[in-house]
Amino acid sequence: MELQAVLMAAGGGSRMTDLTYNTPKPMLPVGNKPLMWYPLNLLERVGFEEVIVITTKEVQKMMSTDPKMKPDVKMKLDVVCIQEDGDMGTADALRHIHSKIKTDVLVVSCDLITDVALHEVVDLFRAHNATLAMLMRKAHEFTETIPGQKGKKKTAEQRDFVGVDESGERLLFMANEADLEDGLSIRKSIMRKHPRMHIKTGLVDAHLYCLKKEVLDFLADNKSISSIRGELVPYLVRKQFSKTINCPNIKDDADDQNLKTKDGSTNQELLISSRDEPLLQLAQERSCWNDHRGDMSAAYHGGKLRCYVHIMDEGLCYRVNTLAAYIDTNRLAPKLFEEPAVHSTAVISERCQMGSDSIIGAMCQVADKTSIKRSTIGNSTTIKEKVKVTNSIIMHGVTIEEGCNIQGSVICSNAVIGRGADLKHCLVGNGQRIEPEAERTNEVIVGTDQLMEI
Amino acid sequence: MADSGVTDGAVGKDGIQQAKIEGKELTKEEKQRLRKEKKQQKKNKEKNDENASKESEEKPVSAAAPTPTQPSQKAPSAVPAPASLPVPASEPQPAKSKADMKAERRARQESERASKKKGDAGQPAATGKAKAAPSELQPVVKRLPEHVQVDNPEVLKKLAKKLEKQQTPGCNAAAHFEIPLRLDYGHKVSLFSHLHQYSRRAPLTQQIGIPSTVIHPAIVRLGLQYSQGIVAGSNARSVALLHAFKQVIRDYTTPPNEELSRDLVNKLKPYISFLNQCRPLSASMGNAIKYIKKEISNIPSQYREEEAKSKLLICIERYIDENIILAAKAIAKSSIEKISDGDVILVYGCSSLVNHILCEAFEKKRKFRVIVVDSRPRLEGREALRRLVQRGISCTYVLISAVSYILPEVSKVFLGAHALLANGYVMSRVGTSQIALVAKAFNVPVLVCCETYKFCERVQTDSFVSNELDDPDDLIVTRKGRTQLEHWQEVPSLGLLNLVYDVTPPDFVDLVITDLGMIPCTSVPVVLRVKNMDQ
Repeated sequence: MELQAVLMAAGGGSRMTDLTYNTPKPMLPVGNKPLMWYPLNLLERVGFEEVIVITTKEVQKMMSTDPKMKPDVKMKLDVVCIQEDGDMGTADALRHIHSKIKTDVLVVSCDLITDVALHEVVDLFRAHNATLAMLMRKAHEFTETIPGQKGKKKTAEQRDFVGVDESGERLLFMANEADLEDGLSIRKSIMRKHPRMHIKTGLVDAHLYCLKKEVLDFLADNKSISSIRGELVPYLVRKQFSKTINCPNIKDDADDQNLKTKDGSTNQELLISSRDEPLLQLAQERSCWNDHRGDMSAAYHGGKLRCYVHIMDEGLCYRVNTLAAYIDTNRLAPKLFEEPAVHSTAVISERCQMGSDSIIGAMCQVADKTSIKRSTIGNSTTIKEKVKVTNSIIMHGVTIEEGCNIQGSVICSNAVIGRGADLKHCLVGNGQRIEPEAERTNEVIVGTDQLMEI
Repeated sequence: MADSGVTDGAVGKDGIQQAKIEGKELTKEEKQRLRKEKKQQKKNKEKNDENASKESEEKPVSAAAPTPTQPSQKAPSAVPAPASLPVPASEPQPAKSKADMKAERRARQESERASKKKGDAGQPAATGKAKAAPSELQPVVKRLPEHVQVDNPEVLKKLAKKLEKQQTPGCNAAAHFEIPLRLDYGHKVSLFSHLHQYSRRAPLTQQIGIPSTVIHPAIVRLGLQYSQGIVAGSNARSVALLHAFKQVIRDYTTPPNEELSRDLVNKLKPYISFLNQCRPLSASMGNAIKYIKKEISNIPSQYREEEAKSKLLICIERYIDENIILAAKAIAKSSIEKISDGDVILVYGCSSLVNHILCEAFEKKRKFRVIVVDSRPRLEGREALRRLVQRGISCTYVLISAVSYILPEVSKVFLGAHALLANGYVMSRVGTSQIALVAKAFNVPVLVCCETYKFCERVQTDSFVSNELDDPDDLIVTRKGRTQLEHWQEVPSLGLLNLVYDVTPPDFVDLVITDLGMIPCTSVPVVLRVKNMDQ
């Protein structure tokens, strides 16, 4: 077996608490499908037959009851539950399932919506015998107005600096702005080996990683690393150019393995070699290929640890971890699958004006003289007469009384919008009731108990 | 090249025909009989010529034995077909039976149809299709290998079906896996339209699923490395192939009710076609595969699985040791005798063997300098230059366009080979025959270094018949921010040709240094015969 897929679905959605208050992030509906359906669909399309899903008990319960998951996902899902207290990072979760992993692993985050040709990432992993291969894309600008946002946009979040070589495939440098106190410093050894480096800041990390099995063994021994993106990836990128790896003192270090020194971690990395290493060496020596030119070193500068990245030029790649991303992906979701926009069980009266870019969920009831443009309507929603819904996302089980006007808003599940209400750029929380004839603009309407949560 | 095919319409006189083909001596009586038959046939032939025109309309022409072969062209062919089919002038005609006459009529009809089909003039005349030759000859059944018939749609369909049928055994009947067919890319130059031309940006892995469960991951990795050029060079490719096979054998388990010797060979077949689709197999790889298959089939059935597997692994190790590592040492030893102090040696491209020889000679304190000749688009000479300079050898670097300028300084030319063909021709990187030609003109000795495992039983006299077309986009270069050939596909009359190999005639090669010693080029068939006898 070549690769095992692992789906990380235990995240809390800390940057969109208003939405995830009642619904855990993996089950948030995007285009009327739960969010985690998208990466699962990607894996299934590519040919995976089994996926290990790491999630919480709550999500597991919802998964088994959700009518969408069962028929659509034909793969075998091996669900592993972890505690919900949020202490476990992604790397900790991988350590938790270490016993199940037998080969190299493909880690996907549940909030990734993309149409990338996955073979591009995996080919980098295979062809160069890489330790790590990941996927990135230039960040989209989010254009929709976000409900509840007062004033201008917040300052940009901390940027990521990513350094790649000339070909745009080898990862040379990765650091977050938060970790750089004085400025960006790059080791001379890296500059000597790769004199031309492109440093990019506007990239979005898709959180899709191909990792070698040895990395997981290394993780199992090093309990200090708790997050893949935050700690493991920068560590591996740095380790590519570390002197210890290329040193032939492997045998000495192996004795120290049992000692719990802080640098005990380096030993594991050195074991990135396969059987028949001399044959591979022979093939590489006899091959007239080099990945760089201009200096005297052999291919890959003799390094065994290599990290590669595939940067997508075009195509979709979204990470749904903020409200803005959520709204944008809802707009684009219909393009990702060919299901008809209007579900077969929805009851739509004939005098309703529906734009072609709207999605209506199952068992909806839409009455006369309604106008639905660029919106997503969830399952079992009732929309009465003379309602205008524009640019909005309406989740499941919502009731919208007559004469409402909803623009640019997000209405969460089981909410009730009273008659004649006028909502512009609002976010209505779970199970809330909006009184009739209400006029709200740019507000976040949530329950008082939610307000108490910090 | 002897006609191995037995003609259709075999008659009683077949025995004599066979004997004649094998070139054995005939007795006096047989010779007399043959002379009489010849006279008879001439008379019959005159009669047939009259009837043929009448019957050609009535007789349906069945697609006879020469199935995928192209109809011969009486029309002027693009490439003059070298008569590699030696037609002994004295070949007598066995008695004409009904079947013989049918076959001749068919041949004539096909040639007539071909001359009508002038629109298909893109097909180069198939070599060895001496159907244009006088119809006195028995129509010979000659099959062209499929990989040089890419422009024939029937052949492509057959190939697709064959790939389909190569299910890996052991997968359940419901899962019908087929090795996908890699599609050709771009407009091909008409002379080479019978060969495949793939694009590096469309790897075969696009069409197989991730994770690859049906093709062993080591083989997928190898195929990717081949198609992207990460493993290039005859020796490197063979070593990498054997390494991958070692992993396959290690992970192999015999299914119940099967024998390892038969099942493992069947398992390897789809892997080999997969690798072939990624990049056409080289001669050295072909020989290695033949060796492995032979070893596997020779495993006695009483061996347990573990024993058999370890035996195979040891065999592979031994093959590499003997044929690549030790052979390189032996060749280096012989070549060092040929390198004297003060020599100026010219090398072309990056041949692992030649580099090894030069480094060894340098260690043995010979004083020489090297001129590295390089050519686009691969520019492999840069890699050779790096390896030699790293050892401390003083080198000069020129492009192939300057070779006649630099040759007066050169005392010897060392060339590497991709394969040595049975008629003494050397198949090597494109440009090698140019270097050999110019060297001959300057009277500079040309020495080819080649291990015996690269000797191949194929025969070729030109570079058109069987070659490899690399990605044409490699020829596109950006200078000063402008890429002139960027939209070459939109120009209908433009074709980019990126050949990989060419053949050098034995007249230009003075000596071949192999691990069996230093032999002239024409002794290659002898070596092959000796090797076959050994096995």
